[in-house]
Amino acid sequence: MINLVAFIPRAVVQGIPLLFGSTGEILTEKSGNLNLGIPGVMYVGAISGVMGSFFYEQSVDPADMNGALAILIPLLCCLVGSLCMGLLYCFLTVTLRANQNVTGLAMTTFGVGFGNFFGGSLIKLSGSDVPSIALSATSGYFSKSLPFAGKLGWVGKVFFSYGFLAYVAILIAIVCAYVLKHTRVGLHLRAVGENPGTADAAGINVTKYKYKATCIGCMIAGLGGLYYVMDYACGVWSNDAFGDRGWLAIALVIFTIWRPFVSIFASIFFGGLYILYLYLPTGMDHMEYQELYKMIPYIVTLVVLVLTSMRNKRENQPPSSLGQSYFREER
Amino acid sequence: MESKTAAVSLRNITKSFGPVVANDKVNLDIYRGEILALLGENGSGKTTLMNMLSGIYFPDEGQIFINGKETVIRSPKDAYACGIGMVHQHFKLIDVLSAAENVALGMKGRLNLKKTSEKIRNICDKYGFDVDPDQKIYSMSVSQKQTVEIIKVLYRGADILILDEPTAVLTPQETEKLFAVLRNMRNDGKAIIIITHKMHEVESLSDRVAVLRRGCFVGDMATKETNAQEMTDMMVGHKVTLNIARPEPVNPKPRLKVEGLSVKDEDGIYKLKNVSFEARSGEILGIAGISGCGQKELLESIAGLQVTESGSITYINDDGSAEELIGKDPRKIMDMGVALSFVPEDRLGMGLVGDMDLTDNMMLRSFRNGRSMFTDRKTPKDLAQTVVNDLEVVTPGLSTPVRRLSGGNVQKVLVGREISSCPTVLMTAYAVRGLDINSSYTIYNLINEQKEKGSAVIFVGEDLDVLLELADRILVLCGGEVSGIVDGRTTDKNTVGSMMTQIGGTGHE
Repeated sequence: MINLVAFIPRAVVQGIPLLFGSTGEILTEKSGNLNLGIPGVMYVGAISGVMGSFFYEQSVDPADMNGALAILIPLLCCLVGSLCMGLLYCFLTVTLRANQNVTGLAMTTFGVGFGNFFGGSLIKLSGSDVPSIALSATSGYFSKSLPFAGKLGWVGKVFFSYGFLAYVAILIAIVCAYVLKHTRVGLHLRAVGENPGTADAAGINVTKYKYKATCIGCMIAGLGGLYYVMDYACGVWSNDAFGDRGWLAIALVIFTIWRPFVSIFASIFFGGLYILYLYLPTGMDHMEYQELYKMIPYIVTLVVLVLTSMRNKRENQPPSSLGQSYFREER
Repeated sequence: MESKTAAVSLRNITKSFGPVVANDKVNLDIYRGEILALLGENGSGKTTLMNMLSGIYFPDEGQIFINGKETVIRSPKDAYACGIGMVHQHFKLIDVLSAAENVALGMKGRLNLKKTSEKIRNICDKYGFDVDPDQKIYSMSVSQKQTVEIIKVLYRGADILILDEPTAVLTPQETEKLFAVLRNMRNDGKAIIIITHKMHEVESLSDRVAVLRRGCFVGDMATKETNAQEMTDMMVGHKVTLNIARPEPVNPKPRLKVEGLSVKDEDGIYKLKNVSFEARSGEILGIAGISGCGQKELLESIAGLQVTESGSITYINDDGSAEELIGKDPRKIMDMGVALSFVPEDRLGMGLVGDMDLTDNMMLRSFRNGRSMFTDRKTPKDLAQTVVNDLEVVTPGLSTPVRRLSGGNVQKVLVGREISSCPTVLMTAYAVRGLDINSSYTIYNLINEQKEKGSAVIFVGEDLDVLLELADRILVLCGGEVSGIVDGRTTDKNTVGSMMTQIGGTGHE
């Protein structure tokens, strides 16, 4: 039997990067942009944060480190890095009207390479013997949980044992859900993603909305990368460690049928599925089963995709203009 | 009339797109408390002119005066600020949003859907609309969508209303309802401009007509003092005859026999129930009915595109031998000479591919012909040229994507292609939807030509006046059942109208 009190916190920390990624992608897709570059954006976000904190840690004595700066510098670097990716994507797809799929895939390839390239350089700079950088001091600030969490028994473990970024992720998802559903900005954004021509005729600046949603979405997704390195991986960057979490985040968008609030639970559920193989007894002679268990999140996504398209409810369909560029004078 | 100040005055408005002059020095006055019908053939610049008033295009030259004051309209927002609102031919609504959300779109301030809904209900009560603000657009009928469009305009406080072909997609009943609302608005002191091709609508609704021909303003007059003939002559620029010819059927023989045909949709609801009729060669069988009464299912069943529940469709050859069509491959049915030209509401959906050019669209019917592995492009190209010449399709060239043509021209291409295959059974639905009067008559003549050549023509129409003038016999559908078959020569509009809404109606054959 799985020990739930031990399992849930692990599922949550697995789920938080996915939550960041999927919230960002939902926001982006609601504007009609299908950003398949999210995995790349998360890589760039992570490595930008790592670079920021690396140089900060190098420049000061560990004893003099300022907690606020140790958090703000990587945070800012991460946001700027992923914002640049967002701007690049928008410039290519919105301004130049390039194909969104191709642009997104290219950005993923680029982002992963970017992360590994600078990750490799930093490893060289730090001169460590293992192929990774440890930023344990910075990580200490990021993963600090509330002081009373330890005293609350299992409640503390399940609900209060995480670093602040985990709560930020949930807060962002709730805010996004509210904005999309209940505000004029959200209504306009949905209109842009559904039918940019109509939105344009109603006096909504389609380009502005697409740029803003995509860039903010990328910044949110980038935070997922930062959380992964600083909190989940305890400040250790090693190349390719982030793996395919970016794709899982995109799969989550479909799984949650474009609802950030659902994503909070779904991402934790996916986080659980992602590590489920560690908890299922396989025996040493059947290690290949583990690989099959790792497929579970993707299979669940496929099933959801089939179910939603079979039920054919209009509200559960992707934004209608998703993946298409908008050009006013096209008939 | 001259004593009133015009709500809108257009002076010397000129607009050109590249080398094409869409509007040339147009002068037009629009008054409050009046319905103005704007007439003109397809491509005469009516919509362009109205788009300049609603801020979508910007005029090259000329001035616009609103309430006697010169005004510059740069965007739809400016137009709303002047109280001008336009209901476009293609609805600008977002399907997954509710009516209230669509109305609130693009407005400023805090989003308060409750307040919006309340205001919408007030507007509905005032003018006699019937719309639920919380209903999603995708679950609405065409006329409800149109109502939402009109409410959207009124909500923004517009008192100058422009409607671009509002009746093209409405049934006669819905049209009557719309007209009642428009009359209410006129009495409320609003200025209304309506673009339409249907002469009887112009006569029954408008107070004044203005005519455009090839971008130029030809003249305007009070509706009471003119008639359909005069208006048409002004539009076209020369005399045209307004009577649809109805030659006597030549040697009618049974061609197609439908017996007890039933069709169910995905939800198990009958779309057609026990439909039986006979289509004869050399005769036009008109099909009347409120839209969505099974017309589409009926034609598609005959063409082999629809799964049928029960019943039989028999094709009778010249020598009297019969063949069952149900269960046959659509291609085989087509090869037997059964042609279907269905013009859907969005015009492009069935039969044409928007991104392909005229020649390629002609090839959709013929690409299997020829012996070598390469397709024959020459014949379709010639055919495209013939259709362009015969039907006066306005196009920059044969290699223009069909999507770029105006709605009427797209339709001419579709109908022209279907007729060109010299079918033995020609089925056409809404062939003149949105076409101007001159092009409509071209199509009617083509259909009559097919009839005289001995085709069995099945003509699904929405305009009862036309059906009564063109068809030899009229089959009336009501809720998927045959309400009756009447003789086109002896029946009248009221009889058919009542049969459309109630099975059996009042007059059987």
